[in-house]
Amino acid sequence: MLWSRGIAVAALTAIATLSGLTLTHAQQKETARIAFLGPLTGGNSATGLGGRNSARLAVDSRNADPDRRYDYELVPLDDECLPNVGIQAATRAATDRSVVAGVTHFCSAVAIATVDVYNRFELPVVVWGAILPAITHGNDYPEVHRVNGSMLDESKVLVEFLTGLGYKRWAVIHDTTDYGTGYLAILREKLAGSDVEILSTFGVAADQQDFSAELLRVKEIDPQIVVFAGLTPLGVRVRSQMDRLGVRSQFAGISGIMSVSYHDALGSLSEGTISVHNSAPLETLPGGQMFVDEYAKAGFAEPPEPYGPYAFVATNLIIEAIEEVGANREAVRDWLNTVENRNSIAGPITFDEHGHNSVASTKYVAQDGRWVRWEDSLYAAGERMLSGR
Amino acid sequence: MAILLEYLFNGALLGVIYALVAVGFTLFFGVLDVIKFSHGDVLTLGAYSGLAAFVSLELLGLDLPVVSLIFVLVVAMLVTGLAGIAIGQFFVVPMRGSPAFNILLMTLMIGTAIHECIRLFVPGGANPKAFPTLLPRTPIEIGGAYIRLDSLLLLVLGIGVIVVTNWMVRHTKLGLAIRAVAQDGDTAQIMGIPFRRVVLATFALGSMLAGVAGVMNGLYYSEINFNVGVLLGVIGFSSAVVGGLGSIWGAIIGGFSFAALQTVWVLFFPEMSGYRDVFAFTTIIVLMTIWPTGIIAERYSERV
Repeated sequence: MLWSRGIAVAALTAIATLSGLTLTHAQQKETARIAFLGPLTGGNSATGLGGRNSARLAVDSRNADPDRRYDYELVPLDDECLPNVGIQAATRAATDRSVVAGVTHFCSAVAIATVDVYNRFELPVVVWGAILPAITHGNDYPEVHRVNGSMLDESKVLVEFLTGLGYKRWAVIHDTTDYGTGYLAILREKLAGSDVEILSTFGVAADQQDFSAELLRVKEIDPQIVVFAGLTPLGVRVRSQMDRLGVRSQFAGISGIMSVSYHDALGSLSEGTISVHNSAPLETLPGGQMFVDEYAKAGFAEPPEPYGPYAFVATNLIIEAIEEVGANREAVRDWLNTVENRNSIAGPITFDEHGHNSVASTKYVAQDGRWVRWEDSLYAAGERMLSGR
Repeated sequence: MAILLEYLFNGALLGVIYALVAVGFTLFFGVLDVIKFSHGDVLTLGAYSGLAAFVSLELLGLDLPVVSLIFVLVVAMLVTGLAGIAIGQFFVVPMRGSPAFNILLMTLMIGTAIHECIRLFVPGGANPKAFPTLLPRTPIEIGGAYIRLDSLLLLVLGIGVIVVTNWMVRHTKLGLAIRAVAQDGDTAQIMGIPFRRVVLATFALGSMLAGVAGVMNGLYYSEINFNVGVLLGVIGFSSAVVGGLGSIWGAIIGGFSFAALQTVWVLFFPEMSGYRDVFAFTTIIVLMTIWPTGIIAERYSERV
């Protein structure tokens, strides 16, 4: 009798425990993992860390929503802005089946090198910073999307802006990665038939330290403007060595130099540098103020940098896709391919047949250690003067 | 004419940095017949220890430009000198009898360990670091050429260090001992020259030159990174080889020749300036086939 009562108590306890476990399981949400890839170390890490923080902000915001379907986890991976490292990081993300999608790459040379990996392992990705057109237009991979526009958008504005300012004699210094050479090719295309003369072009290695020979040649041919197509670390070196060698031409760089670290590294030398970017100032974006406030509230150590909002938009798009169609790579890919006029903090997003979202570019000038929209600047108002005009 | 002067000046400045590195390679090869491939990374160590010295002065609230420069240079030379002694004492001298290939490989690995430690253990070590401005940037005009005072001072400093090194090797007791060991280590020992001490002093001297080159590089470019010594090491080694490994004057000529090759390439082929290192290294290969023992061949020169 005592024996059978013991069995009954044990059975009841087991049933109670199992019911409890089942209940707890029902309350728990499945975790969807999203990879973030960007330069988290190295000369371009300021932009990479800003992008990572912005992606994290999107993930944390959604995790705070009690009605969400999934818990979200961001998996940050460092591509160091190096194609070989980027391929390793991309392969790591793509072969991890728990990763549903990726918010990928600031550096074009890395982004173009990794598209095959994403296609092979069927990982849907949304590019947040790289602007080389071939990333989306050079293949027919349904996995690859981009929210931040391309250098086609950017170069059009740059050419119109600089020619409008009266710069007719250019020297172009570009890095020899796909990014720099791609930009040079597009510039040549856009300038064909115009009265602008490219006096000389200089292809330089992405990790080159010394530009004295190139810049003395620039000094010799005396262009009105030096247009630089490359990323911040190289741009900083070129601008700083221009000053050392007494090259007085105006300096303009493409969006690759638009980073807070450009001002930090150059100090007062950054003043008057012209640039263009596929994004308007944060505060003027449709949801920009909300992003600025939330980013500040999150207390990140690094600023979002100009491409941060696009990392936020890309992450949010992926989260929206997962919420609607579930944590499944194929379903997320198909959902992304139908995105049309989707509201975001950077304005409506539409992926064309290449997975590319076109954006309007904005003109900027470095003023008092900040990137200021040209129209709002003291230069446009005539209170400060650019060089070489 | 003015622009030509500027090409010459900037090429010379680049050449001085290369020559400083090359002289180190030549000293090591001179005394022990070894190629110390960690030399470029010792340069990086010098640049970072100079930066650390400056930061510590800043933390103490000391803002004295001349004192800072001297302190930065002294700390960089001290750290690299000690690193050179440690590499010589614990790795190179004990392996004196083993094949040169083993020592080459081992020093290559020591170099990798040095720059990877900088990357991993210096806060934000993977990111480039801004190097402080310790020299006046006043522009000056010489013969119509625009030259900044800091560049001129760096050139004077580099040439001065090379001249002093050459004087030390030629005219001091230590230099005599170094030359004796370089000529014939065994006979030098029989004659009472403390072999190990002379070898370690040579390693310290060569590494201190790398320390100076590291600080000069930082001051010139206003920036250092953990990888800065890798290419400089290869360039310095190539310069030493093409000049004549084992000869100080060979190393100097090699350093200036390498800088000249890079400059000439950009001058004639600006659109392909990214290939200047390819051109310079290819020319070095060609020169090596013409003069296998370097421009200053060993049979015409006294070692070290």
